[in-house]
Amino acid sequence: MHAMARRAEITLDLRRLVGRWTLRSAGHAGRFTYLFIDMLRGLAEWRIYLPRTFEQATGVGFGSLFIVLLVAGFAGAVTSLQAGYQFTGTLPLYYAGAVISESMILELGPVLTGLILAGRIGARYAAELGTMRVTEQIDALESLGRSPISHLLLPRVLAGLLVVPALTMFANGMGLFVGWITAKQSLGITDADFTYGARFFFRPLDLWYSLIKSYWFAGAVTVIPCYIGYNTQQGAEGVGRAATTAVVAASVSILLLDVVITKLLLGK
Amino acid sequence: MIQLSDIHKRFLDNVVLDGVSLEVRDGETLALLGPSGVGKSVTLKMINGLLRPDAGDVVVDGLHVQRLKRGELSELRSRIGYVFQYGALFDSDTVAENIRLGITDETCYSDDGYCADRVRECLRLVNLAPDVAEKYPAELSGGMKKRVGIARAIAGKPKYLLYDEPTSGLDPVNADVIDGLVERLRDELGVTSVVVSHDVRGSFRVADRVALLWQSKIRAVGTPEQILGSRDAAVLQFLERDLEMSLIQAESVANVRKDGS
Repeated sequence: MHAMARRAEITLDLRRLVGRWTLRSAGHAGRFTYLFIDMLRGLAEWRIYLPRTFEQATGVGFGSLFIVLLVAGFAGAVTSLQAGYQFTGTLPLYYAGAVISESMILELGPVLTGLILAGRIGARYAAELGTMRVTEQIDALESLGRSPISHLLLPRVLAGLLVVPALTMFANGMGLFVGWITAKQSLGITDADFTYGARFFFRPLDLWYSLIKSYWFAGAVTVIPCYIGYNTQQGAEGVGRAATTAVVAASVSILLLDVVITKLLLGK
Repeated sequence: MIQLSDIHKRFLDNVVLDGVSLEVRDGETLALLGPSGVGKSVTLKMINGLLRPDAGDVVVDGLHVQRLKRGELSELRSRIGYVFQYGALFDSDTVAENIRLGITDETCYSDDGYCADRVRECLRLVNLAPDVAEKYPAELSGGMKKRVGIARAIAGKPKYLLYDEPTSGLDPVNADVIDGLVERLRDELGVTSVVVSHDVRGSFRVADRVALLWQSKIRAVGTPEQILGSRDAAVLQFLERDLEMSLIQAESVANVRKDGS
């Protein structure tokens, strides 16, 4: 009898848990959709968000350039060394050029840039907006009859859409360059072999694919943290939680989007 | 006129307001008193639509606040100045930029000359020197932040002013300055004000009428004299507690003075 009651209790708890989780998810989905629609509506107020967008883009873009180039450089070097380790004696050396360029442009450039920016931009946006929420600055804007969407959210999202693709292209270039130098030093590949290999497998779609991915990743590292920061609650602890949640959510979204976009654009 | 009729509000299981009705007449200053966490700020936020009641009606200037569309609500908010408890100043903007944001008329807001004059005028009204305009909020004291918050709230020449705990966190001297400012703005600008506070002494000084929010309901409304003369148990309990606080405060001020001398 006691065991049955216990089992019933567990089932009830499980149901409550699932119910609560479903309600919370539905709530997030609804709020996120409303926020997104508000952002689209806010696009008409370009006089407000445009100057702030350039301000944000400058701060975020220059601030992230060094770390993005650094990581892309290391990724290019490691790809080159691994290509050498796997190919030497089995495949023609020019394949290294193909592997390095394709790996950087198709995958490492956009994904690594996205993940770095999820940490840099995502945490920054969530913490900024979260602090503004808990210190009532967002309420203050609203109380002055001004839209937080066009004053705070749109400039951040649009700045990300401007900056992330550009940074991704820089990362591609840097990874390719460092990979090339490393291949020359460690594998002894000639410039001609490297460029031949890189060009042999290259298609213009590869660059488009990289660019398209970077725009989606830009959306993930800006819109999600903005949503999380905008809905922050419970003081300093809430701001900390918002920043970490934003980074995790944006990073996971990037990996999910990576799979979906690859399947859609390159999948057979 | 501001009218709240049978307002109900709860956050999860916590009932904050349970059938609150209140009326603020044009030109008067009403102080909404009550212990901490009783729903005073929630009530204030409902007046300018920052929060929506679960049930009941909030009417400002004949407009039903929760039925207003986005544009209409913005228009109404431009007639309501809101002074936040901790100032809620924008950290990355200077004092001048903060006050300028309070200018709600878009034509005036775009006019740099008008804005500079208005910022100076608002700083004068809150007894701040013109050179404060170029400072950032982080460079200001708590009392100055409150005054800048008030300056921003009056920059748009509002008809209504809502003060959320304007003297909380301030020492008695600064609290007196802010109370004096509330009185002065009422007299000079002729605004209708609602002052949310748990400071009885200051509220009695600035208010034409006082309302006591007690256990989610309005327990008493009247002139300061009527409230002081009330025999209601909740009113007496609240006033006694405040009297104790005042004595503790006076004692600590006296100690500080003694240590200083």
